[in-house]
Amino acid sequence: MSKSNTILYLDGVSVSFDGFRAINNLSLVLDKGEMRAIIGPNGAGKTTMMDIVTGKTRPDQGEVFFDGQVDLTKHDEAEIAMMGVGRKFQKPTVFESHTIEENLMLALKGPRSIFPALFHRRSVAEARQIDDILGIIRLGDKRDELAANLSHGQKQWLEIGMLLAQDPKLLLVDEPVAGMTDAETEETARLLRDIARDHSVIVVEHDMHFVRELGVKVTCLHEGSVLSEGSLDFVSADERVVEVYLGR
Amino acid sequence: MITGRFFAAGADRRIAITIFILLAAAIIVPLLNLAVSPASAFYVPSYIVALTGKYLCYALLALALDLVWGYCGILSLGHGAFFALGGYAMGMYLMRQIGSRGVYGNPLLPDFMVFLNYKELPWFWYGFDHFWFAAIMVLAVPGLLAFVFGWFAFRSRVTGVYLSIITQAMTYALLLAFFRNDMGFGGNNGLTDFKDILGFNVQADATRSALFAASAVTLALAVFVTWAIVGSKYGKLLMAVRDAESRTRFLGWRAENVKLFAFTVSAVMAGIAGALYVPQVGIINPGEFEPSNSIEVVVWAAVGGRGTIVGPIIGALLVNAGKSWFTGVLPEFWLFALGGLFVAVTLFLPKGIVGMWDAWRGNARALRAASIAEEAGTDPDVPAPPKIVRSAARTPGEWSTSGPEPQPAE
Repeated sequence: MSKSNTILYLDGVSVSFDGFRAINNLSLVLDKGEMRAIIGPNGAGKTTMMDIVTGKTRPDQGEVFFDGQVDLTKHDEAEIAMMGVGRKFQKPTVFESHTIEENLMLALKGPRSIFPALFHRRSVAEARQIDDILGIIRLGDKRDELAANLSHGQKQWLEIGMLLAQDPKLLLVDEPVAGMTDAETEETARLLRDIARDHSVIVVEHDMHFVRELGVKVTCLHEGSVLSEGSLDFVSADERVVEVYLGR
Repeated sequence: MITGRFFAAGADRRIAITIFILLAAAIIVPLLNLAVSPASAFYVPSYIVALTGKYLCYALLALALDLVWGYCGILSLGHGAFFALGGYAMGMYLMRQIGSRGVYGNPLLPDFMVFLNYKELPWFWYGFDHFWFAAIMVLAVPGLLAFVFGWFAFRSRVTGVYLSIITQAMTYALLLAFFRNDMGFGGNNGLTDFKDILGFNVQADATRSALFAASAVTLALAVFVTWAIVGSKYGKLLMAVRDAESRTRFLGWRAENVKLFAFTVSAVMAGIAGALYVPQVGIINPGEFEPSNSIEVVVWAAVGGRGTIVGPIIGALLVNAGKSWFTGVLPEFWLFALGGLFVAVTLFLPKGIVGMWDAWRGNARALRAASIAEEAGTDPDVPAPPKIVRSAARTPGEWSTSGPEPQPAE
């Protein structure tokens, strides 16, 4: 497999915690501009895979390359984030004691050192970017409200908005519709499809309706490696997939 | 730029009032002590000047702790160490000012060194005969210790209780070190018998008043600096690290550097507090490193309200005034009262006095709005305004001045 023209390239990645193999010889390739849905039962290694890509966990073996040439195993979270990998957590994680606008401001692409932040003044360009993102995530009327006052679904959107503010090349989105109503779920699928137009995206999700809405290639993980890959119909027709989901 | 924000209409009134009161006290209290006849009702006795001057130093220490605890969630149980180090730097200067007026009359060596048979001045005492050198050391020594300590602690991602324990261990280690006679800092007895500061007699009323004024002005300045830091984008980041550290990392911020900066600034502030404290109490000894002192600082900040700028100051002043009164009336029970106070505050006033005041004001305003609506003959079922916390008026280029919400300590 050639690494060029890939945004993410995992080959033979393994990691174990206290003897438990969370990821077992996992290989996964994401092309530039592609959106991919990852499904799999609990404990299949979906979140661990994201931890590896974002630098939170170091793999025991295997290659992880970003953008064709950057070896992600040699960098930490902050460096990887600055290179252009954004991550949304499974549990929505926003800065609850700040307003929506301040949340986005802190996420906005720009210098990440202390002294510029001490003397920072918001520029017109930044204000416009924030307005744009607020429009996309539909929280424009709540900009001055504290993030703590948002509903669960709105927090999910705010977190996606923070990813957008970061302007990453690759977005890792962990269970974006957990705890959302059907209408919100549909709305989120639309939002992610929009985002996927100019970003590469990996979405981890349990909700099959949502995955169908996305209409993208699906990878099913099981026990830390790829079980099946293809269109949703292909994957859900795969006997092994049915087996791991329903049990034997 | 920052001052522009300060004088802007939306500036936090409470901060402005606090700074005004402190600056006014810096002028009025010395005047009432020096220029008013002791027979007058307005006369402020010298011992009150010295006592309140000491409280102001404690308030500065509490404010320093609040910057890291209230705004960044770092519960330091060793802030007394930075305070004591600043105090020792000032004490070394005051020692060298004694010159040949000591009991042994040695022009170079302080009394304790003569007593302990030192033949020459240890190298680390050089330079302390100059005030400017001592002043730099007051800032540099606590700052450097905090920087090195924080560098290792935050880089290895020590957080929560574990961090609190190692800060406590740090101050305890320093306590033991400074107790040793061969450390060269006067051992058990510490540094005392000061004669003058910058050529003025430390015992004189005028000097005491000047030290009081210096403490009040420094505290006012520290309030302003803390307010500016907390209101900046960095300040928002500081609170973001407190509330969701991993989120800041995945946004590309280096949480360890964010903490390190606040910790170092806080230690420098604590060092300044110690340096102002020593000439006013006339002694610095290893007892200042006692872990219990650092814990007391935490109680002051908690009582006043952490995560607010004014709270720790009010807490420090109230608890210490209470301590002065209590130790006069029922000295054996003071520690029980202090412990009880901490338990009571944690249970009943989790946001401290200032937090309770804000909540009470917020409720009162909601009730008033509801009653006005009722009087106006509108629908009596009008619900009280929803309890949605909104930030202050937003002008482009401004950070809102919304009150931060301290999270429970980890």
